[in-house]
Amino acid sequence: MYEQIASNKRKSFLLLFLFIILVGVLGWIFGEITGAGNIFVFFAMAIALFLSLTTFFFGDKMVLAISRAKPVDRKENPYLANAVEGLAIAAGIPAPKTYIIEDSAPNAFATGKDPKNSSVAVTTGLLSKLNRLELEGVIAHEISHIKNYDIRYATLVVVLVGTVTLLSDWMRRSFFYRSKRTKRASGSGGALILLVAIILAILAPLIAQLLRFAISRQTEYLADANGALLTRYPEGLASALEKISKDKEPLESANKATAHLYIVNPLLEHRSKLNDLFSTHPPAEERVRKLRSM
Amino acid sequence: MGAVFVTLLFIFIVLGVPLLILILLYNKLVRLRNRSENAWHQIDVQLQKRADLVPNLVETVKGYAAHEKGVLEEVTKARSIYSQAGSVKEKADATNMLTSALKSLFAVVENYPELKANQNFLLLQEELSGIESKIAYARQFYNDTVMNYNRTQQLFPSNIVASLFGFTLKDYFEIEEPGKREAPRVDFK
Repeated sequence: MYEQIASNKRKSFLLLFLFIILVGVLGWIFGEITGAGNIFVFFAMAIALFLSLTTFFFGDKMVLAISRAKPVDRKENPYLANAVEGLAIAAGIPAPKTYIIEDSAPNAFATGKDPKNSSVAVTTGLLSKLNRLELEGVIAHEISHIKNYDIRYATLVVVLVGTVTLLSDWMRRSFFYRSKRTKRASGSGGALILLVAIILAILAPLIAQLLRFAISRQTEYLADANGALLTRYPEGLASALEKISKDKEPLESANKATAHLYIVNPLLEHRSKLNDLFSTHPPAEERVRKLRSM
Repeated sequence: MGAVFVTLLFIFIVLGVPLLILILLYNKLVRLRNRSENAWHQIDVQLQKRADLVPNLVETVKGYAAHEKGVLEEVTKARSIYSQAGSVKEKADATNMLTSALKSLFAVVENYPELKANQNFLLLQEELSGIESKIAYARQFYNDTVMNYNRTQQLFPSNIVASLFGFTLKDYFEIEEPGKREAPRVDFK
């Protein structure tokens, strides 16, 4: 477990570093193409640094806002509040803040910087479709993510990878638009830069995708196992996973950038076996099988 | 010259390595002790919260079932015993007493439909069952840390360090009816 924490901290640092470099390179390409010059590189990297710091400290707030999560009202959901506090005690971490997403699709995620600054969000669908033991199993899984610092890396990925994808999409578009319009004749040096630009603009989203894969399936299995250890009742989480993965309702507020945060992939098209290889989540059946064999 | 160096190195290894191990083991024991004390504090907070709810609960029940004196006195008595308890063992015993007293109180409440419909009572009941499960989780965490601490004290070579510096084994927080961690609750039908 301590290895997992160290690995997550290392990965998070590496991600921030890579992000700043990548944005710098994109900035350089942009500067070369538009003729704004090298000064653009520093400009881009300064923005990247600012964004990195903002994401590190406020990424969880951004994620919660994107997902339309609202703080839980203790009076309305005393059981949920108690379950989160209880399982945090069992894990020996401070109680995370609890949020609710108004959506009938059952799902849940955790986000934050470290156990002291963390949040758990569950949908109203989760509360209505699961029984108490199943709900406790799901919350225990999320608490384990918090304890292992999985939340830090996963939250950084949402914002940083989202930004890189957006930037390169935008660059690619403006770039093709420009070349179509002007057909500017440039020297061989310009052509080389152009080539690099095209390759990078295409490559950037791929790199982003790879970073997302670094949230390995192993992480999910580990959180399942640790969660079962907290509740001492693996069957709760197992039957919860079955119910969530068999549910046919889509989660409105989830998107490609945040999908990897959830306990079960909220994007329905990624649940089929065909997409297995490209999924951030291990197949639910496999997770259930592992839990039941404990 | 070479011989002197080798001798010094030898002395350094013979004295230094055991000293280093001693320091590491000592620090580990202190860390584990602190962790289990912190875990105990978590239980204590929840137990205190529950004890604080008892007078309120007794008052509410009295409003509807004043003549159930026996049960009410039992609860009040268990609470006062709890507030005098000091050690882990005493607190565990007092907690068991309070738990069973509350259980019989909630059983008696079954006969009073108006009380069961009382908003204040329902809130107290949910609150108590929440605390009950938190006590169970805190107990689980505490017992895990104590097991870790005690085991380290018993294993070689840390057992030598433990006895040298007077580390003592800690009590587990035991509750009656092992395997049963359900809150004292009534069903709502």
